[in-house]
Amino acid sequence: MSDSSALPVTGDSAPKVALRGRALVVGASSGMGMELVRQLAGAGWAVGAVARSADKLDALAAEVARSAPLTAGYPVGPVTVATCDVTQTELADLAFGEMAESLGGLDLMIFAAGIMPAVGRDEYNTPKDLGILDTNLLGAVAWCNAAARLFASQRSGTLVGISSIAGARGRKGNPVYGASKAGLDHYLEALRNRLSEVGVHVCTIKPGFVETPMTAHLDLAGAISASEAARQILKAAESRANTRYVPWRWGLVAAVVKSIPSMIFKRLSI
Amino acid sequence: MSRSQTNNSSASSSYEYVESWGMNAGAHSHVLRPHSVEAIREAFAEATASGRKLGLRGTGCSYGDASINSEGLSLDLTQMNQILSFDASTGIADLEAGVTIEQLWKRSLPQGYWPKVVSGTMFPTVAGAAAMNIHGKNNFRVGTFGDNVLEFDLVLPSGEMRTCNREQNTDLFHAAIGGLGMLGCFSRLRLQTKRVHSGKVRVRGESVRNLAAMMAYFEAEKGRADYLVGWVDCFAGGDGMGRGLVHDAEYLAEGEDSEAEQTMQVAYQQLPGSILGFPKGEVWRFLRLINNPWGMRLLNALKQQAGRVEGHEGWHEQSHAGFNFLLDFVPNWKFAYGRKPGHGLIQYQVFLPADVAHDTFLEILGLCQRQGHVPFLGVFKRHRPDPFWMTHSLDGWSMAMDFKVTPTNRMDLWQVCDQLTRIVLDAGGKFYFAKDSLMGHEAMVRAFPEARREAFLALKRETDPGGLLETDLWRRIFASNSSLTDGVA
Repeated sequence: MSDSSALPVTGDSAPKVALRGRALVVGASSGMGMELVRQLAGAGWAVGAVARSADKLDALAAEVARSAPLTAGYPVGPVTVATCDVTQTELADLAFGEMAESLGGLDLMIFAAGIMPAVGRDEYNTPKDLGILDTNLLGAVAWCNAAARLFASQRSGTLVGISSIAGARGRKGNPVYGASKAGLDHYLEALRNRLSEVGVHVCTIKPGFVETPMTAHLDLAGAISASEAARQILKAAESRANTRYVPWRWGLVAAVVKSIPSMIFKRLSI
Repeated sequence: MSRSQTNNSSASSSYEYVESWGMNAGAHSHVLRPHSVEAIREAFAEATASGRKLGLRGTGCSYGDASINSEGLSLDLTQMNQILSFDASTGIADLEAGVTIEQLWKRSLPQGYWPKVVSGTMFPTVAGAAAMNIHGKNNFRVGTFGDNVLEFDLVLPSGEMRTCNREQNTDLFHAAIGGLGMLGCFSRLRLQTKRVHSGKVRVRGESVRNLAAMMAYFEAEKGRADYLVGWVDCFAGGDGMGRGLVHDAEYLAEGEDSEAEQTMQVAYQQLPGSILGFPKGEVWRFLRLINNPWGMRLLNALKQQAGRVEGHEGWHEQSHAGFNFLLDFVPNWKFAYGRKPGHGLIQYQVFLPADVAHDTFLEILGLCQRQGHVPFLGVFKRHRPDPFWMTHSLDGWSMAMDFKVTPTNRMDLWQVCDQLTRIVLDAGGKFYFAKDSLMGHEAMVRAFPEARREAFLALKRETDPGGLLETDLWRRIFASNSSLTDGVA
């Protein structure tokens, strides 16, 4: 076959230097997404970064280009950026396709886009609530479906979705944020079960308290840095974890929270 | 750092790995899935504007790269799958391009009709079947798929639609059938189906001791039989070379099946849900274990023994689907050849004129055995000529040989096939594009008459002046390189 490769992982436009793989991070302009881009590129991955803000993406790509490799033996991978608002779900297939093609194929996608606006105790604001679903759930479905089609067709790939411990129970604080993450958990689990049949792995990350711009307005005791969270996320993806709490001790918290009966849970102020 | 801009005017496409059925070739492509003729036109316009090549694809059942386009875009017709009409008084079906053979027989059989020509699997689309001009186990009797096409609409890259049949646009009719999707996109096909009086066929298995005996059986019975197919144990040598099992089938006459109304129902045609007690969806895992020369030698030998038993049984009845769609009994059986990149199979199907077929096939089998590349499966058929420009069909015989491909054996296998191709071409033989993975331009030049090739190219320049439609297969066989086998110097 002159041009068509027997190997799904080699594309014509792939960089000619040795790379660890090709990764796409959606929601790359801040927080964990931004850290994931830095660490993946530093470890020698070609990285695609998608977010709404072109300025932030350009700054990130420029910063990565100036940085030193994090992993011995690999150069810093090139960062390709694309602006796209994940709430415009009708654009996801096209944007995903263009990005995956410009990377020369894709081995890993991480959906890290998410919003958590402050919601008052007595606030029932429908536009605000639907906006949360648009980004956290509908945007995730649009992008993860695109990745699922590619990965299933090539019978390889890893898909990581960043959910939250907030999906464990319906708490008083932010009903729709929690619902969006519970929905995301359910969706990712179903994708995992479907795609495992064809050798594709889906990993659900459930961060606890992580210091990011999204949580800057909250007072989080014992939070870890976004960079530490990103490190743990990549480790989970590499070890093909199904669900991973970041940091791990939130798994214990979630287990306790999930075990509280509703008749008690509704009286608690958590 | 580079920037990729997303514009929102394009039709939705999906970026996927598009793979050949035999998993021996594939490419990442932007896949467009139109639902209407208008959407096909839009896809053509967009592809033209993008300056990239567009390959047409149905369900991707060709073994090689016939539906692969490593230069960007793939137009997948599977969403255009409406049965537009089926006339129960004539058996004439009007079908959208992406209707599968499965959809067609499930519609036609309860009304007393079976598709005239079907492949060994029911999953190809009718447009793919026409573009590759497929054949079945009755090629010697009823011709190729094109012979059962009455008419079609072809959408050209310009957006113009041409209706073609045996009276109107006859050149395009005879060139687009078997035209590899290079002249335009089928949007509607009108097929003639065959009246049947039962949901069953009468089948007999006959064990034959070598190739001469197999050919003698075919020649003796081809005036009577409706279907004839031979399975060949390619491991057998010496006097037994070409031994195997012939399956001979005929339609039942009116009144012979007292339960015709029931047997023609779709439910009666169901393939078995399990094989020897194993759920059929998992059977490929068992085949995986024996997918090596010793396992396959054993399996072929066992089948030869089983054939002797079947031969003693005489005539028995089998459903149309059960008889025709043997390849569908074990879903995903190709995974027995491996699922990792670079693993798969090729099918090398050789067509030889009647007078030289016997000796040449023995030469081919002997060479395979000496070179240590013995086909795991060999299937033997009888053919007759047809009027289509790029046809593989001839008055003669074909043997389809399945070879295992791995990243390590690939080059060696290609070299062996290169030697086989020389033998075939010297004997005046041909190849078939739905199966082929190997032919280089030089083999194409030697196997297909120059007048036909030139006429086909001239027609392509007329219907596709911008050269929009291309596939890897097209570039492989029409690019002017001097190789007989792709990638072999």
